[in-house]
Amino acid sequence: MKRLLFLAFFSLVFLSGLDAADHTNSDSLIQSSFRLLSSKSFADKATAINSIAESGSSHAVLVLSSILEGDLYYHKKNKNMVLVTETTPRHYEITDPLTEELVSTKSKKELRKKYKKVGINNKLRGLLNEKLAALTIYSKDKSTRLRSTRKLLKNLNPSTVELLRDAAPRETDPQVKELMQVCIAVSDARSKDPEIQLGAINELAGSLYPEVRVLLEELKTAYTDSVAADPRLLPAVDSALRATSLKVSFYKQVENIFFGLSLGSVLLLAAVGLAITFGVMGVINMAHGEMLMLGAYTTFVVQQLMPNSIEYSLFVAIPAAFIVTGLAGIAIERGIIRYLYGRPLETLLATFGLSLVLQQLVRSIFSPLNRSVITPQWMSGSFEFNPALSLTYNRMYIVVFALMVLFGLLWLLKKTSFGLQMRAVTQNRNMAKAMGIRTGWVDALTFGLGSGIAGIGGVALSQLTNVGPNLGQAYIVDSFMVVVFGGVGNLWGTFFGAMILGITNKFMEPMTGAVFAKILVLIFIILFIQRYPRGMFALKGRAAES
Amino acid sequence: MLKYKPFIFRLLETDRGSKYFVAILLALMVLVPVCNLAVPESSAFHMPVYGVTLIGKYLTYALLAISLDLVWGYLGILSLGHGAFFGLGGYAMGMYLMRQIGDRGVYGHPVLPDFMVFLDYKELPWFWYGFDQFWFAALMVVLVPGLLAFVFGWLAFRSRVTGVYLSIITQALTYALMLAFFRNNFGFGGNNGLTDFKDILGFDLRSDGTRIALFVCSALAVMLGYFACRFIVQSRLGSLVMAIRDSEGRVRALGYRDEYYKLFVFVVAAMLAGVAGALYVPQVGIINPGEFSPINSIEMVIWVAMGGRGTLYGAALGAVVVNFAKTYFTAVAPEVWLFILGGLFVGVTLFLPRGIVGAIQKIRGMLGASRNTGLPGMAAKK
Repeated sequence: MKRLLFLAFFSLVFLSGLDAADHTNSDSLIQSSFRLLSSKSFADKATAINSIAESGSSHAVLVLSSILEGDLYYHKKNKNMVLVTETTPRHYEITDPLTEELVSTKSKKELRKKYKKVGINNKLRGLLNEKLAALTIYSKDKSTRLRSTRKLLKNLNPSTVELLRDAAPRETDPQVKELMQVCIAVSDARSKDPEIQLGAINELAGSLYPEVRVLLEELKTAYTDSVAADPRLLPAVDSALRATSLKVSFYKQVENIFFGLSLGSVLLLAAVGLAITFGVMGVINMAHGEMLMLGAYTTFVVQQLMPNSIEYSLFVAIPAAFIVTGLAGIAIERGIIRYLYGRPLETLLATFGLSLVLQQLVRSIFSPLNRSVITPQWMSGSFEFNPALSLTYNRMYIVVFALMVLFGLLWLLKKTSFGLQMRAVTQNRNMAKAMGIRTGWVDALTFGLGSGIAGIGGVALSQLTNVGPNLGQAYIVDSFMVVVFGGVGNLWGTFFGAMILGITNKFMEPMTGAVFAKILVLIFIILFIQRYPRGMFALKGRAAES
Repeated sequence: MLKYKPFIFRLLETDRGSKYFVAILLALMVLVPVCNLAVPESSAFHMPVYGVTLIGKYLTYALLAISLDLVWGYLGILSLGHGAFFGLGGYAMGMYLMRQIGDRGVYGHPVLPDFMVFLDYKELPWFWYGFDQFWFAALMVVLVPGLLAFVFGWLAFRSRVTGVYLSIITQALTYALMLAFFRNNFGFGGNNGLTDFKDILGFDLRSDGTRIALFVCSALAVMLGYFACRFIVQSRLGSLVMAIRDSEGRVRALGYRDEYYKLFVFVVAAMLAGVAGALYVPQVGIINPGEFSPINSIEMVIWVAMGGRGTLYGAALGAVVVNFAKTYFTAVAPEVWLFILGGLFVGVTLFLPRGIVGAIQKIRGMLGASRNTGLPGMAAKK
């Protein structure tokens, strides 16, 4: 009871904001319990933890969580408490936990010599978790409340449930409130009274938290074995479990589709450049994978050049990669490919040789090892729809980015005069020439465009896979499959080809394993091409004949 | 002059390159063993055993290149998956050699090869039955690649997949095979492949005598394969095949079912590649899924292009020249090799469209000795 009073007092203070007097006052309360923390006895430490938790200081959460993480140390002689954080490997910053001022920096050896960690055992760990949760479920910040309630669900005990019973009615946010009620229901489901149990189980039906699922499974086995249990309980548990598993499998499908779409977007980014060079121009560019690789390495170089603003590096890398690979593409077209028009098999061989040279060049300049490209903060992490479905941000951005690239390209082809010239040259070169179009330059620019798009794809790939000299090889076969499957010379075909292949791959993976899924997809495409040699969206009419 | 000439002489008489080629092969077959066995070790002409095996390896590559040239040079199909047939032949031979190890493996199991014991197999998978018999393995060396080529070709040629599309799906074929063979539970040793062979037909693989015998077998196989291919291309069937290469539509319009002719040549080439693989494995001592990698198959294409497409002996010459360069450079300066290989691809297609043989013919042509350039049977273009 006394603790609850304290808590009420504390929350009042905490919620109404702290003035300076209270601040120093509560800090001195913590300061006085620090002496107990450096004691050897765990009972003393428990007392200290209790009084810190009840001090009402804004630093209490920091101090308690640092004890839990093992970051709180005390000086061996004067028993001063300090906070230790590892800044670089084996180098530590030592700060005062209350004033947050830097005391000193120490190497690992010096740290060991002068300071000692505040040791805890399992019982104290439980106490700390409980106190921290109690401190944070009344926090002003919604996400802190949500996080701490989520933590409580992991290890519920009678006292935390009491805490939640108090907190739930006062909670204003529906999401947090629902989670709190789940916690209470989980505890009620273990109650002795079958009525309460029944109510709780019905409430838990369809809940997606893994803890709830574990509990329901447990209850099911317990009731199946026991004769004494209330006969209404087993069917209730069964239907609750069914509702839950139905929902889980639904979200699993949603997740699969999302993964498929994101894989499809990766394929689309890799293949859309090829859809220009191969699909529109009819040039077999085996060095296409290396254009992706060049784009990825451009990202790496850009990040090396601007180490202090990684957050914006991608916005610089995208145009840079487009320019670098675009120029490389123009050089390749002018230097090699223009001599080989009309000899597709020779083009294939020459560009394949080029891909070997480019790979070795990158290996010689950068190193044969993978280079690490940093993912900016805004792209990492994931968005949690519910406990069974969370989608990572980088995959979401890839999907959006792939669509942007596709539509940008469509716009370029259909609405600009360059696009018009390009289509004119591919449809009837001689007539285009007669109309005064410089076909040679259009060829070079088209090839440069396809390569540049591949470079942009490489920037996106650098965020998903390892950036190494073999990056391109991994995608070249896939890219050709997508273009050929979709139908040559048709960007929408490429889009649907990529998405269908991506989703098929992801749906088959759980059944057959990743590698075998890929083999099956390859075989499927081989058979498909034999049935429909010109792909899904075949060009009809005169253009198809060439 | 005799009115009747032996069949083999008739095969050779139209073609100066063929005569040189057969003469060189015969000389190799005699000289290499002699230089190894009869010439004392102190002599500069002594051929060490590893040299014999190395040349033997080049010869299997030469056979592979000849079979690829049959498909590319005469049939006009650029197969980027020819390594698949080579690899399958190699695996068939490797399985026989694995079974020959018997209980001498590390784990000493009487039937199961080491990797199966390691992966906890209880009994031999059904597709390993029969490989303890040499005749069965030898049959499989030609049957398995032949069957794959038959099924693949039947599907592809009937639906008239041609040109670049065909090249890309042949590449997908070997890529799929590579992925499959890399899997441990596929039953062929996973990424380690098959190795640690002990003996073949009861002869120790590491003994010098066996190695020389394998070399002679390889040379014989190249010769027989060459004659077989030459016979095909000089027959009426060969003329038809070249007609298909140059204008498939017209051949079809003349009433020929072109897909059957293509299928026949494609299957024969696959079988020859299988034989090359089977001879390659005992000499190298290992077969692993890397043989199926698409880059390997494309490398084979550059051997043919380098030597001279559509001449058969040019392909063999290219295989030896490129592989000799590969052996040399990967030992001396490994990082340069890929630059050279890549440069070869670009340089040969741009500057040597007919390969070494074509260049020699051109020079001879300039000297007025011969006017025959271009693919055989093809009217000079332009």
